[in-house]
Amino acid sequence: MTASTMVTEGAAPAAAPATRTTRRRRLPFSPWHLLLAPLSLCFALPLVWLVLSSFMTNAEINRFPPALWPKGIDFGGYRYVLGNAMFPRWFANSCIVSTVAVGSNLVLGALGGYAFARMRFRGSRALLALMLATMVIPFQLTMIPTFLVMKWLGLIDTLGALIVPSLVTPFAVFLFRQFFLGLPREMEEAAWIDGCSRLRVLFSIVAPLARPALATVAVLTFLATWNDLSWPLIAINHDTQYTLQLGLTTFQGQHHTQWAAVMAGNVITVLPVLLAFLFAQRTFIQSLTSSGLKG
Amino acid sequence: MDRGSRTGAPRPLTLAPADREPAERRRARRRRARGEQATAWAFITPSVLVILGLSVVPVVWSLLLSFRADDLVTPGRWVGLDNYRALSKDPGFRKAVENTVTYAGLYVPLSLAGGLALALALNRRIRFVGIYRTLVFIPFVVSAAAQGVLFSFIFDPQFGAANSILHKLGVSPQGFLTDPGQSLYVLLAISLWSGIGFCVVVFLAALQDVPTELVESARLDGANRAQVLRYVTLPTLAPVTAFLVLWQLITALQVFDLVYVTTKGGPLESTTVIVYFVWEQAFRTFTAGYGAAAAYVLAVALLLAGTAVTLYRRHRERTTGAAPGLPRVEGVAR
Repeated sequence: MTASTMVTEGAAPAAAPATRTTRRRRLPFSPWHLLLAPLSLCFALPLVWLVLSSFMTNAEINRFPPALWPKGIDFGGYRYVLGNAMFPRWFANSCIVSTVAVGSNLVLGALGGYAFARMRFRGSRALLALMLATMVIPFQLTMIPTFLVMKWLGLIDTLGALIVPSLVTPFAVFLFRQFFLGLPREMEEAAWIDGCSRLRVLFSIVAPLARPALATVAVLTFLATWNDLSWPLIAINHDTQYTLQLGLTTFQGQHHTQWAAVMAGNVITVLPVLLAFLFAQRTFIQSLTSSGLKG
Repeated sequence: MDRGSRTGAPRPLTLAPADREPAERRRARRRRARGEQATAWAFITPSVLVILGLSVVPVVWSLLLSFRADDLVTPGRWVGLDNYRALSKDPGFRKAVENTVTYAGLYVPLSLAGGLALALALNRRIRFVGIYRTLVFIPFVVSAAAQGVLFSFIFDPQFGAANSILHKLGVSPQGFLTDPGQSLYVLLAISLWSGIGFCVVVFLAALQDVPTELVESARLDGANRAQVLRYVTLPTLAPVTAFLVLWQLITALQVFDLVYVTTKGGPLESTTVIVYFVWEQAFRTFTAGYGAAAAYVLAVALLLAGTAVTLYRRHRERTTGAAPGLPRVEGVAR
């Protein structure tokens, strides 16, 4: 997949060797760059524009045609968002909800997955099948009764309403189960015979080996809870309990013309996920592909 | 021995009554198995409570709700199939179904075709290819809310960059999300921008598994690149494609966040999709029973679509004898 790929699809097979050599001589780089560079830029441009516009002044944005490039760096949007709006509060809320969800998915998911993978108990198969079946239930089918359950628990309009439904997902349980099934039993059995409880075996022997599964569950839970809008929209009314996604959406509705501030808020909303992604890109991509491909 | 009580487990209901087996060893083993049962239940009880309590219970509840007239505040009353009957005559619901079908019908093939083309282009060892892959994938991690806010700005008819660029190219300004004729397609473009990256990484992962010997031997046998693609590469991608079709279909039929942030179903209901319709019925107009019925219609549609894709895949497998070890579809529906 190196030299032969330099021929473009359209080249006739007979003439290929000749054109290949001439093209190689003419271009110091693979012709694929000519296609891939502009294409990948198309994907990046809206995000570049997001960052650029967050540093513009409203005057720059509000003229027609609007400026595409800021004259200087203006922090007015950020100052407004961090000072006058409740973005810091919403940021903290999002952090609390995501952190608790990630932590509890790791702990409860590992516990459940371990029980399903290693322990024999009555009804385990039926229960596992039932849990798996719940993965395909669409959200809109459960959202109205979940709202009623949260109301009955007195959690509506609190962060608890956001945390409780995402404490553990069937996906986390199943992923841990699959991972534990692939681990050798010998070490655990030795520890068990030596008198370790199941809980200690899980946390001191199995968990350190399960780092890939832990990373996958952490990444996917963080992505899902941080980025969720629909459930906070239903469960939260009061703006002190907003998450960033809900806060940003509402803020945009109220500050229609202050685009610089809206974009500054948007950068704050997106940045944690983008940073996490850039630092742990491999883990992100492996998590996302493995979640769909292994089973 | 008493592992169950240490973790504070409630005694499981399925436990057998104490047996009167005489053999001491047998009794010990039983006790141990019982401790094991208790521990197991202690381990899974939190998950079972959350998962079943907030999915199986709501699914049944939703069904009951769909036979009722209920505003979530005052006690409702049983209306039988009236909600479903009303749905079949509701032009708003019909419009929502039409919009959703149009959206999904375009989103699924376009994201798969685009994802496959990009994955094939990105599947080579050239310089910067890592950067290209990152850039193509990065919109996928951006939340729908952030995408919506960003693109309402970019496509703002007055202040947006899109019209600014069109102006420079000499094209008259467009309405984009404010134009009923364009709004759904603008939303589609936004979703493709963020959704293609997922198809790309999944296809790329699958392309790594295409056996190189197979490609090389096909080349030696005189197959050109198009033939290798058609007869070697694409068939190996079939299982992954089936997974992606299902996954993208589920995603497309459930689109909500983006619609809520950008258009709120408008203008003129041109972007009212089914989930938005359900949400509006339940939490805006407080006709929750009616909303639940609409949700059930969508759920049944999803189920039928899923079954159809699975059956088709099985059928194809049987007729073409594709490789075993198909990926199973899984993941959080949300």
